[in-house]
Parts: sequence; C-alpha cells; structure tokens
Amino acid sequence: MSAFLGWISTLPALAQIPLVLLAFLAVIALLIFFLEIAPRTGRKFTIIRAAACVLIPGLVFLALGSVLWAAGAATLFGALFFYLDYRSKQGVGYLFQLVGFLSPAIFLLAIGLIYPTIQTTIQAFMNSRGTRFVGLENFIWIFTQDTGIRTVLNTVVWVLIVPVVSTIFGLAYAVFIDKSRGEKIFKVLVFMPMAISFVGASIIWRFVYAVRPAGQEQIGLLNQVVVWLGGEPISWLSNEPWNTLFLIVVLIWIQTGFAMVILSAAIKGVPAEQLEAAELDGTNAWQRFINVTVPGIQSSLVVVLTTISIASLKVFDIVRTMTAGANETSVIANEMYSQWQGFEVGRSAAFAVVLFLMVLPIVIYNARQIQKQREIR
Amino acid sequence: MTATVPARVAVDKKTQKQLARGEKFGAAKRTKKRLTSRGATIAALVIAVLWTTPTFGLFISSIRPPEEILRNGWWTIFQNPGFTLNNYVEVLAAGNSTLNLAGAFINSIAITLPATIFPLVLASLAAYAFAWIKFPGRNWMFIGVFALQIVPLQMALVPLLSLFSRGLSIGDVELFASLNASNAYSQVWIAHTIFALPLAIFLLHNFVSQIPSELIEAARVDGAGHGQIFFRIVLPLTMPAIASFAIFQFLWVWNDLLVALVFADGRVAPMTKLLAEITGSRGQDWNLLTAGAFISILVPLIVFFALQRYFVRGLLAGSTKG
Repeated sequence: MSAFLGWISTLPALAQIPLVLLAFLAVIALLIFFLEIAPRTGRKFTIIRAAACVLIPGLVFLALGSVLWAAGAATLFGALFFYLDYRSKQGVGYLFQLVGFLSPAIFLLAIGLIYPTIQTTIQAFMNSRGTRFVGLENFIWIFTQDTGIRTVLNTVVWVLIVPVVSTIFGLAYAVFIDKSRGEKIFKVLVFMPMAISFVGASIIWRFVYAVRPAGQEQIGLLNQVVVWLGGEPISWLSNEPWNTLFLIVVLIWIQTGFAMVILSAAIKGVPAEQLEAAELDGTNAWQRFINVTVPGIQSSLVVVLTTISIASLKVFDIVRTMTAGANETSVIANEMYSQWQGFEVGRSAAFAVVLFLMVLPIVIYNARQIQKQREIR
Repeated sequence: MTATVPARVAVDKKTQKQLARGEKFGAAKRTKKRLTSRGATIAALVIAVLWTTPTFGLFISSIRPPEEILRNGWWTIFQNPGFTLNNYVEVLAAGNSTLNLAGAFINSIAITLPATIFPLVLASLAAYAFAWIKFPGRNWMFIGVFALQIVPLQMALVPLLSLFSRGLSIGDVELFASLNASNAYSQVWIAHTIFALPLAIFLLHNFVSQIPSELIEAARVDGAGHGQIFFRIVLPLTMPAIASFAIFQFLWVWNDLLVALVFADGRVAPMTKLLAEITGSRGQDWNLLTAGAFISILVPLIVFFALQRYFVRGLLAGSTKG
C-alpha cells in the first residue's frame, strides 16, 4: 500500500482521484464477495473461506509493510478464526462476516483515535518533554493560573450558549417556515453559513466587526449601525468579557442552519393525525407545539443539541483566525495548540484530558439514550 | 378532508354541541392560521435577512475596487458605484512560494472527493453490522464508537502524524511501516477517513436500524446471507441517508483547516490553509480576503444547491419511523 500511495503521489492531482477510488472500490468488492459466499455450505466454499481467513489478514499486514512475523500471526489467527466460526451457533461464516463488516472501521479507529488518545493521556502526566512522570502537576498548573481558569470558563460559556441559542433559533425558524410558500428558499438562506468554512466565516465576521476611529467612515456594518444610532464606534473584539460573546455569534450563525434542517425534517415526520386530534380538542398553536410537536421530535432535538455541544467544545478555527486567543478569548482547543507549539507537550495533553472530561457527561447521557431506544426495539 | 359529508348519526345533545363546536372551529381555523402565519413569516424574514447579510456584504465587497472597499462600506455601493473582477484575478495568483490559490483549489478537490467516499463505504459496512448482526458486547462496542466522537482532533493529531512518518513497532516486531508519503494526499485522506468514522457510523446506524425488521427477516428466511442483505436491501434503502451524509462530509472536509494544517503541507495544501495564511500575513487586504473567501465558498454552495433535494429527502427518511 505504501508503495502504491507513493507511486500515486507522483501523478497529477486530478488523475489521483479516479485511481485511488478504483483501488479502494476493488478492495471493497473483494470483501463483499467473500461476505457473500461466507454462509454457503459445501466443500468448495469451505476451502475458499479458509483461504480467505489466512489471505486477507496476511495481505493487509503485507500491505502495511510488515515482515514474516505478521504472516505467521495471520495464519494462526485465520485458523483459530475458522475453528471458532465453524463451531458458532449462528451458522457457518458468522464470525467471518462479522469481522468482514466491522474490522476495516474498527482497525482505523484503533490506530487513528484510540491509540493516540491513550498516548495523549499518558503524556498529560509527564513533563514537557515526555521523559519524567510528574503526576498531576500539569493539571494543577492549569487550575492555578488565571489564564488557565479563564480558558476553561470560556469553553463552558461557549458550550452553554451556542447549542441552546442555535437550537432555539433553528427550531423557531423551522416551525415558522413549515409549509409556507418558498420554504426551500428560506431554508437555503439560513443553511448557507453551514457551507462556509470557519476560516471563511471568520473573514466574513471580521469584516462585519471592522472598526474605524470615530469620525471616519465605517466599513464594518455593525459599527455603522451603532453610528447611525448615534453611538461611538466600538472595537468589538478587544473589550473583554463581551468579545467572547461576539465570537460565539459566529458559531451560532453557522450552526443554526444545521439545527434548522434536521429539526425541520423531524417536524415533517410528526404524524398529521396527532396534530389534527389535538386541534379538535381545542388546543391553540402554542399548546400543540409544546404537547405534540416537541415530544414528537425529541430524539432529533437530542441529536442536534449533542452535535452542536461537541462542536462548540472543540471550537478552534474561529478563535484561532479571529483573535488567536488574545484579550481573554482563548478556549481549551486553542490553548492546547498554543502549548503544543511552545513545546509544552505535557500541558497541551493535560488540556486535552480536561476537554475529554468535559464531554464525558454528554456522551454518558447519549449512551443511556441509545440504550433506551435499543430496549424499545 | 375536503369533500367528506358527515353521516347523520343519532346523538345526544352534548355530543351535538361538541360537533357544532368542531365545525365552527374548522371555519375559524383558516383565518386564524393565516394570521399566525403572517407574524411567523415576518419573524422568518427577519431571521433570513440577518443570516444572509454578512455573506451578501462579503460578495458585494469582493467585486468592488480595493480603494473603494477601504474608503467606505459596501452598503454605499449605489452612491459609490464601481465593479471589478481584478480582486479575483489577483487572489488566484496570490499565495506562497510553492503554491498559489488556483493550485490550492485543485488540491481541495483532490483531497475532498476520496475523503468523502472512503469513510462512507466503511461506515455503512460497520453500521450494518452494529444494527443487524447480533454479537456479544454489541451495545458496548457501539457506544464506544459513539464515544470516540468526543476525542478532540487535537488529541489525536500528533500521535497519528508520528505514526504515519515512523510506523508502529512493538519491540522488534514491526506492525506496519511508515507511509513515506509526505507531500502526498494519502495522509490527509486517511486522517479524514478516520476522523469521520465515529459520526458516520452513528448517523448511518440510526437510519439502518430503522429498516423494518420484517424485511430483513423475510430476506433471511429466503436464504440471503448478511452480504446479500446488505447489498440488496440495506444499501438501496439507506441511499438517501448516505447521500445526505456525503454532502455533510464533503462540506466538512472542504472547509477543514486543522487537519490540513497538520497533514497537508507544501504543494498539496488545500485552499483553507492558504486563505488562513493570507489572512494572517495581510489582514488588512480586504480586497484579496473577500475575493478569496468567496472562491472558497463557491464550491460548497454549488454542491449544496445542486444536491439539497437529496439531502432533505435523506434526513426525512431517518426521521419518519414507522
């Protein structure tokens, strides 16, 4: 694989796309071929399966540039695998299929997310060069420093405001435009910021917040409005603590469209009969909304709130490109990057762990939610 | 609801009254609905205007001559007319020593297309397994995958980068060799694929698990294995969901800065990275910034406008459960 990717990188950019896609799809086609024949009985299929059990892991290991050891391990693995599979209660080929479906994703997650997470967690308890165990020193450093506490607090502010406000705006907008004329155009207008990169959005909003000294003509829209109302132009991004709020506006602007699109689809899924029944009972529009629509879209609301919460906990690009954390606007993700650039790997990792701990409640809540849904099913 | 004639049924007085109230309510409903919808429409209009103004201002600014941009606000375009495409010409040639914005545009395409397709294929395989193959520890494993969403990218970037450049070996056994592919797209493709998987598996699982179980069981009774069920039943039925997630993934990869900062260097850098560089080094060149930002917005907007049909349909497919 390494050789293939090396060769492909010498080609022109646009020629690489079809080639790499073809190679990928060929591998997937082979995988699906084996999955197809896995449950069939008969000596021929048994032999093919047994061969695949040894060949596929072997090929994967070879592709990743490994040695004879790997091939040996693959053979052993394949034999064991085949034996277990044959004895499985679920029928021939069961384990084979399971691994075929799951292993590509799980393998990538293991090397790309699980292994790095463990490594970072270990680093959080090491000194800046990762050579000596220092216990909780890095965490103590974060929570005894003004800027450290400030950074954590700012992140809390982000995660409290952004999900709630964008969900409320998105939900209200979705309800307002539901079944109205030109609904599609309305949707597109608010969803558009979602298609804009955080860097692009930062440029847009820096332009809105741009400030000129009083008396000169303003080029930033917000200050022009202030001047029209008879005020003095304000430097929005340098007066703390309000500057954090002006950064938060940018993320709200981006995420509202996301909330709106998903909630709008969910609203359309609320059964019309329920709404009509409530209407016949003499409820008004607000009561119908609270008692019928909201319970009907509850699971979508949870997904939206979760996704936006996680996005705002991890916010990086906006802070980085608009203020780079100056004037007390820093957030954890930004501080992590700054510490890493300053070769304070231990502190950077400690920030990562703090962030991880902050997201944990959200995940636990969602996990319980998922489990509940599965029990219903 | 229009042409139904109510059947005459013998009822007592109380029910008759109730029915009458229902009819009156039906008549009043139409006018009432129009009234509330007028207020709602105004509110919606206000939100729509607030949400579009910043982008609109950026677009207007990008086609104004540089001196005008710096002298007065874009809303004075009618008092100070003047249009030019020079900003666009200039910004396409701007950049650093190895790359200009036009080249970065091509890079963005070369990074985004594979990085959209890889995770979708792998995630739909995994989502099927989590939804329809029973195995011990399935719930915990699924929750584990969901939980990986929260691993901040920053936490994974550096170890992953060293994994790519040095390989991984435990003791003397080399698990895999280095990718030796700096200045190539492969690192970025793999990184984006990995980072997209948790959310993709989670969302696709939601759709896949909502397929009526009778359908799957009927196929199984007919002798279809998991491979056939996946390919013939699940994949076609989840196509709308896959399409809508593909659009999201496309937008995310196209707009990503952080992964690009770490994995795509030199001549393979995408547009966001170059744009961030231009923002940093010439923060006051509003003519270049506005034109550059608008070029980077253009492709996502085209994709979004062209495919929004599919994507609303896909989201609908998931939300209407039987």
